[in-house]
Amino acid sequence: MTHPTLTDAEARDLRVLAGVMIPASDTYKVPGADDAAIFADILKSLERDTGDVRTALKQLATLAGGAFADLAPERRRDVAAAFKLEGGAPLSALNRVVLLCYYRDDRVMRSLGQEPRSPFPKGHVVEQGDWSLLDPVKKRAPMWRRAR
Amino acid sequence: MHDKVDVLIIGSGASGAAVAYSLADTKMRILCLEQGDWVKPTDYPTNGRDWEARLFADFAINPNRRARETDYPINNGSSPVQVVNFNGVGGSTIMYTAHYPRLHPSDFRVKTLDGVADDWPVDYETLEPFFAENDRMMGVSGLAGDPAYPHHQPPMPPLPLGKTGQAFGRTLNKLGWHWWPSDSAIATTEYDGRAACINLGHCTPGCAQGAKASTDITYWPAAIRAGVELRTRARVREITVDKEGMATGAIYYDAEGKEQFQPAEMVIVACNGIGTPRLMLNSQSGKFPNGIANSSGLLGKNLMFHPFALTYGYVEEPLDGNQGPPLNLWSQEFYETDRSRGFVRGYTLQLHRGTGSIVEAITSTAAGRLPWGEEHHKVYRQLLGHRLAMSTITEDLPEEHNRVTLDPVMKDSHGIPAPRIHYTMGENTRKMMDHGIARSKDILEAAGATNIDGEAPILNGGWHLMGTARMGTDPERSVVNEWGRCHDVKNMFIVDGSIWVTSGGVNPTSTIQALALYIADNIKKHLGEGTLFE
Repeated sequence: MTHPTLTDAEARDLRVLAGVMIPASDTYKVPGADDAAIFADILKSLERDTGDVRTALKQLATLAGGAFADLAPERRRDVAAAFKLEGGAPLSALNRVVLLCYYRDDRVMRSLGQEPRSPFPKGHVVEQGDWSLLDPVKKRAPMWRRAR
Repeated sequence: MHDKVDVLIIGSGASGAAVAYSLADTKMRILCLEQGDWVKPTDYPTNGRDWEARLFADFAINPNRRARETDYPINNGSSPVQVVNFNGVGGSTIMYTAHYPRLHPSDFRVKTLDGVADDWPVDYETLEPFFAENDRMMGVSGLAGDPAYPHHQPPMPPLPLGKTGQAFGRTLNKLGWHWWPSDSAIATTEYDGRAACINLGHCTPGCAQGAKASTDITYWPAAIRAGVELRTRARVREITVDKEGMATGAIYYDAEGKEQFQPAEMVIVACNGIGTPRLMLNSQSGKFPNGIANSSGLLGKNLMFHPFALTYGYVEEPLDGNQGPPLNLWSQEFYETDRSRGFVRGYTLQLHRGTGSIVEAITSTAAGRLPWGEEHHKVYRQLLGHRLAMSTITEDLPEEHNRVTLDPVMKDSHGIPAPRIHYTMGENTRKMMDHGIARSKDILEAAGATNIDGEAPILNGGWHLMGTARMGTDPERSVVNEWGRCHDVKNMFIVDGSIWVTSGGVNPTSTIQALALYIADNIKKHLGEGTLFE
């Protein structure tokens, strides 16, 4: 299935918005969602959400009174805050795509203490845990009702 | 036209696979038609870095979102719960959690014990050997001795408790409430050619390791080795009948979209609680103008979902997150009827392992917990891997207004009318759900959780599809008899969740499959006695 792509103006607004949503952090040593590699992944991953994202960006431009990317940083924050309240389902789709791409970036995953890899084939280790915790439950009388 | 087969099974999921396997030893010619494809282990999302993204795309649980060629659309517009499923070899066992409780003895006797709905025409004791056979075939892990059940011995040891399980265990012990390791259709040791679970994470979108028991890797290999034919990309439009009202076969569309007719001596329908009434309502004829085998008028009615309530909070201690199967414990403290609670029947609390990184970010942003801007990173690190969650799985009682009909407009890619869901939660279910949410909050508060939140009912929570072609001894009050044969069409059977009389309050797959094996056993007995179609 082919999906339409964003216009340059839409892509510019989306990138700036992504940076407002998740900015880079020196504290956590992570890029922002407007990082070049992450944003390229976002554009590539819109797919079936492209229509909703375009609807959301149109609403963002309306709230901004023009191009969101052209606003001063302080005004961007105000418009973004209003957009967050009013964006509805199209914003949810936009938000989802940004997060899907941001949190699979190698740098972000490492910052969270995660290995940047697919779950298969290595899997994960889950501890057995303390099975003696079940001892009080084992002492309970049968709880199920006899039906005959 | 194709050669006539002895048995035509429609649908290759939980029940279709079980009935095919059981009937194979009769040496009859058996064919199963499946509208979807085989899924290869390399297709599953956990093979890739984009595994969570694919939960919202080609492995979405909602078929309307997934929208594969092999899916059919569903009109959920008149329901607070949307139907979720998978269409392919293995059916929805490809995309289930493999949480595998049985119904309880009391679930089959709700009229006698609690004065509501109807008793089933079968009981737990009758099904017990079929539960055991099914556990062996699917490969079930668990721990014998649960006081909430009659004794049974799962073939494999339970899934590990992990950090989350221990947190739940300590908390429920503090409250004095029941909890127990779940029966899970997940291999914890090497089992019958399958590798053991390596905790890939969320099991719902399929298991790349092959540890989760979907029927494409359990029953089907055995059935095919025994001579059963499985034909994929074969979407059945209708079941045909002769002048006497006996089923003659099925018309289907093949992979190229060409109409085909498959004649058969007998037909077994195994398309789940939505697909089965859809197919049967679409099978109209002079003999059955309102859908095949629908003289009772009950076909499609009494739809039961098990509405779910999700309740969660965040604790300071680190938990397992998405590592390990998502469900490994249950509490049945509130399962059996206690009228002082203000409702009859009861519910299971499913105790969850955790949530994937991205799903945590998405749901927490949507709920307003996770802000945009500088604070995002700090808050996210307080949430990730700290979510303690559980779901209330309520018993849904049968109500005729909850039903499946044919949509007058919506059609699938072959032009076959789509199902339309009409559903509202009953008063008893609503009270039960409120009780479950309140008790879930008790657990979270006892665990010291903050940021307590939830979703009720879960919108994409229509996993369990039951009741739309109910079984019974009275042809005016049921669609099939006590061993799954249609009252109106003596050579037609239904083996999926459609035939359930009531829903219980547990995941249904184990009982659906035990019932399918029980019906197959009855077919063989009646075949031997020469009374199959009498």
